[in-house]
Amino acid sequence: MKRLAAPLLLLALALAGGDARGAELVLSLSKARVTITSNFTGDTIVLFGVIAPGEAATPARPQDVIVTVRGPSESFTTWRKERFLGLWVNADSRSFLAAPSYLAVLANRDPALIAGSEMLRQEQVGLDNNRLLQRIGSDYADVVPQDPFRQAFLRVKQAQGLYFERPAGVEFIAPNVFRATIPLPGTAPIGPYEVVVKTFADGALMSRGALRLEVAKIDFEQTVATTAQDHPWLYGLATALMALGVGFIANLAFRRD
Amino acid sequence: MLGESCYGLSTLPTLPDLPVTIYLPIAELPVNIFTLLALGIAVGFISGMFGVGGGFLMTPLLIFLGVPPAVAVASVSTHMAASSFSGTLTYLRRRMVDVRLGLMLLAGGLTGTLAGVVAFMLLRRHGQLDLVIAVTYIVMLGTIGSLMVAESLRALLREWRGEKTNVKRPGAHPWFLRMPFKMRFRQSRIYVSVIPVVVIGFAIGFLGALMGIGGGFILVPALIYLLRVPTLTSIATSLMLTLVTMTAAILMHAVLNQTVDAVLGLVLMVGGTIGAQFGARAGQAMPAEKLRLLLGLLVLAVGLRVAVDQIVTPADFYAVSIDEAAR
Repeated sequence: MKRLAAPLLLLALALAGGDARGAELVLSLSKARVTITSNFTGDTIVLFGVIAPGEAATPARPQDVIVTVRGPSESFTTWRKERFLGLWVNADSRSFLAAPSYLAVLANRDPALIAGSEMLRQEQVGLDNNRLLQRIGSDYADVVPQDPFRQAFLRVKQAQGLYFERPAGVEFIAPNVFRATIPLPGTAPIGPYEVVVKTFADGALMSRGALRLEVAKIDFEQTVATTAQDHPWLYGLATALMALGVGFIANLAFRRD
Repeated sequence: MLGESCYGLSTLPTLPDLPVTIYLPIAELPVNIFTLLALGIAVGFISGMFGVGGGFLMTPLLIFLGVPPAVAVASVSTHMAASSFSGTLTYLRRRMVDVRLGLMLLAGGLTGTLAGVVAFMLLRRHGQLDLVIAVTYIVMLGTIGSLMVAESLRALLREWRGEKTNVKRPGAHPWFLRMPFKMRFRQSRIYVSVIPVVVIGFAIGFLGALMGIGGGFILVPALIYLLRVPTLTSIATSLMLTLVTMTAAILMHAVLNQTVDAVLGLVLMVGGTIGAQFGARAGQAMPAEKLRLLLGLLVLAVGLRVAVDQIVTPADFYAVSIDEAAR
């Protein structure tokens, strides 16, 4: 029921026309806070958006939407293996500083058809255009998309299901109302997420908007995590006692003599 | 090896209607609870049977499930503490633990752990840690595994031919057991110098810290072949040593790294202690030679696995790891 309410509200907003003219782009998430409990296996967030009616898509002037979702930043190291005395060992590495831990790019059609490559790079649209700062020796820079370390990083992240591009991830349900489904896997990192929406027409950027999404542990999961952080001695002792307790109980339970 | 990252969780079957998955609060990912329980029981069985901690089996399996390596290593120590405590109690009741020998080993072991941690830091600074760990694994497991398999096969062959097994002759000790500071270890029925005992303890502590393992699978053969401790006493004493080092490891990891996942540990230890009980019984019901042969084969298999991983051309030359320091 809740899921239906959001689009209905937006649809009403869109049809009301004049009232929404002030804001160019109206956005709403099906939920702004994803809570992780013990049975969390992933979630799906739905984003609804309304483009100002004056700029509604017409057959002559189609509107395009690109949604980028970035998870909290983390630093990663990409390793390259090389053969050394018959063994494969990590020979070379690059540090990726403050790269998004989750990166989803959703569009209503192939971004390459929406705008020129220069515009897409400037707006950081797509995995290849997202800025990924690397430390190379003493320098900090992003490199060309063909860089093997960069490509390997994207490949591994995609294999983990944390980075992906969906050229058909945004759907227009009315000429000026769109919907995008954002899948969050069970391994989704904890923290603040940024949802950035950009609309294009004729290859030019028309409007942009951003929302925040929070992935957080609650209840038991959060208690465990914060205790481990704030009272490490207590947590360690409690865990050690729990281990000894389980060992003792098992020994008693299975005692034969 | 440390550079290997976490794949494959998305391929685990998930049934939304049944509570089969459980979210791990520190590892920050959902896993199938039955997979974890089965893992705990299987590794617990092996650890109870052979008196090994099982860390050298459990840690790689958890990393394969997608658990970050640092969390896997730290949480496995809770599982090992629980199952070694359960096993130690069983052996204590049967009066098979040589507490005196255990304490002497521990004295060397704690110094060795410290030296191992320092070596770990130095190697990591020079970027050669992964190589050293892999080579140490292959050399140690390969050598110990081959020696155990060869020896126990010889013993089994003698038995099969009906030859009498050689009785331990007094005075036929190798040179290192005849060194000064002799001590009587009544439970182990040996009267030897404490120097080799402390050195063995030191080596186990050093390798344990360097390789991230409890070291039971090295200690048991060392006690059997070098100190000539009876097989079951070796296993029992090794379990006691594992209990002390792993309890210390829980505290160390919890305080220094905050990587102990209590939920992961609990599921593993419930499976592990159950498995260990059956394992300990299976171990006592089996002739000592066969037990040594099985442990030798297991050690050899893990060593081969590491060697294959290092030698076979990987599907992807690149791997990504999260820098824990940045978190």
